[in-house]
Amino acid sequence: MSVLLLAEHHGQKLAPSVYRAVTAAASWQMPIHIVVIGNDTAAVAAEAAQINGVDRVVRVDAGHLEHPLAEDAAQILVELAPAYRVILGAHSTFTRNILPRVAALLDVAMVSDVLAIQPDNTYVRAIYAGSVLSVVQSSDALQVLTIHGNRFKPATNGAAAEIITSAAPAPFGKTRWIGENRASSDRPSLNSAKIVVSGGRSLGSAEKFQAVLEPLAEKLGAALGATRAAVDAGYAPNDIQVGQTGTMVAPELYIAVGVSGAVQHTAGMKDSRIIVAINHDPDAPIFKVADYGLVADLFETVPKLAASITKQ
Amino acid sequence: MKALVAIKRVVDYNVQVRIKPDGSDVDIANVKMGVNPFDENAVEEALRLKERGLVTEIVAVSLGTAANQDVLRHALAMGVDRALLVETDNAALQPLGVAKLLKAVIQREQPNFVLLGKQAIDGDNGQSGQMLAALLGWGQGTFISSLNIENNEAIVTREIDGGTEQIAVQLPAVLTADLRLNDPRFVKLPNLMMAKKKPIETLPAAELGVDTAPRLRQIKVEDPPVRKPGIKVGSVEELLEKLRNEQGLPL
Repeated sequence: MSVLLLAEHHGQKLAPSVYRAVTAAASWQMPIHIVVIGNDTAAVAAEAAQINGVDRVVRVDAGHLEHPLAEDAAQILVELAPAYRVILGAHSTFTRNILPRVAALLDVAMVSDVLAIQPDNTYVRAIYAGSVLSVVQSSDALQVLTIHGNRFKPATNGAAAEIITSAAPAPFGKTRWIGENRASSDRPSLNSAKIVVSGGRSLGSAEKFQAVLEPLAEKLGAALGATRAAVDAGYAPNDIQVGQTGTMVAPELYIAVGVSGAVQHTAGMKDSRIIVAINHDPDAPIFKVADYGLVADLFETVPKLAASITKQ
Repeated sequence: MKALVAIKRVVDYNVQVRIKPDGSDVDIANVKMGVNPFDENAVEEALRLKERGLVTEIVAVSLGTAANQDVLRHALAMGVDRALLVETDNAALQPLGVAKLLKAVIQREQPNFVLLGKQAIDGDNGQSGQMLAALLGWGQGTFISSLNIENNEAIVTREIDGGTEQIAVQLPAVLTADLRLNDPRFVKLPNLMMAKKKPIETLPAAELGVDTAPRLRQIKVEDPPVRKPGIKVGSVEELLEKLRNEQGLPL
């Protein structure tokens, strides 16, 4: 029996989280197979075959899989499933859409967003927005799970696994892909950035959010983030929301500007290596998770900080 | 067109939950409970579709004990037409069991689509909607931030990592709501009073003949590791000095 890893990719490149999922998959000490679903996936399959620890890449290529729908991807995994003990992926909107469908079709439970893998089908995961850890044991023969990417180190390159192709089942046909809007930016994406500059409702408006935070983020080569309060107020787009209901991040440096520190938000950033908080309210809960807190007016402080940084 | 909305009763999102002294579970006795926020978005969206004339009947369903009547009353006060409690003594239903129970309810109710929250804020699993769609063999539109119904299709915008995606899902379908879908209406007191007089249908889960035995056993719960307390700095200069010299960041 083997472990099957569902790879997320963007046409030409694997998502960085796939490398972390390989490390998680190695916990079972069984052969690791990566399934790559898409249209014209040769480059992505070749990249997957180089990851140390991977024994086989299974390519499922078809025209209708250019933008794989959950219904189609799930059917592919269900047909591959009998050969596997574990089906997993890194937790993301891609895997969260597909793997619960797979689990239900196979009549097994799924374990979402696993922080640690223990022996005997036992997992540690966060509940209540990360305020409690739950240790659960599965009684199913097949394990279906997503792993919390930044809890696992990325696997290295150097392997040369075999690449096989597997035929795609007939399309589901009742769901159609129409289009997508992905924020294009020269900046690193939020979930892979080494530095994140995040803003809260204290910024006051969409204009000030940009005017205050953008120069600092630019100088640091950082990704911009926002709290749910800032997103709800219309200061920032939803796709940069950091928190329980947005993106979970764990960069080297997280700079929270005008962020109060609601549990909803801190759940999504408290694994950052260094947290800096700038807020005028000395009692803001964000200071409880910050390594360095600066009680100051953000409109004066942030431009000064940006001007003082020499990194290029 | 008939909509079915599934709502979960969860600990209020403002409550900081505590762990029982024996570490077996969280202690939610005597804690404020309410409708799972994402499910409230689902109710709101169904109501808006009805107001636009696209939906004629909305049924709200909750799975749990008699205590769940409060969240169903809330849905009635928001404006749903009927409320159905699937009564089970198994308070700790898991997503697969939830999906199986909902499937059985849906086969009785025959809605054109099902709306529910993308996840519940207690277990944070985010599985039930996708599992339900799978068991029904229906299409799914998950994490949606906009919804329109045209020519027997749900046209949805999905919130995905790094942006949004638009898909069309043929009805019947399962749709799961993201917070951006709408701002749920405020429930007025008179509506709440009137909702108290409305009937709540009760269906014993046992009558549905569904296996909801848990597949996952919770061994224990524990507090997450706390971060070491940090320090306050007095100025931008001091902050940069610490980041450069204590943390070795090339800033």
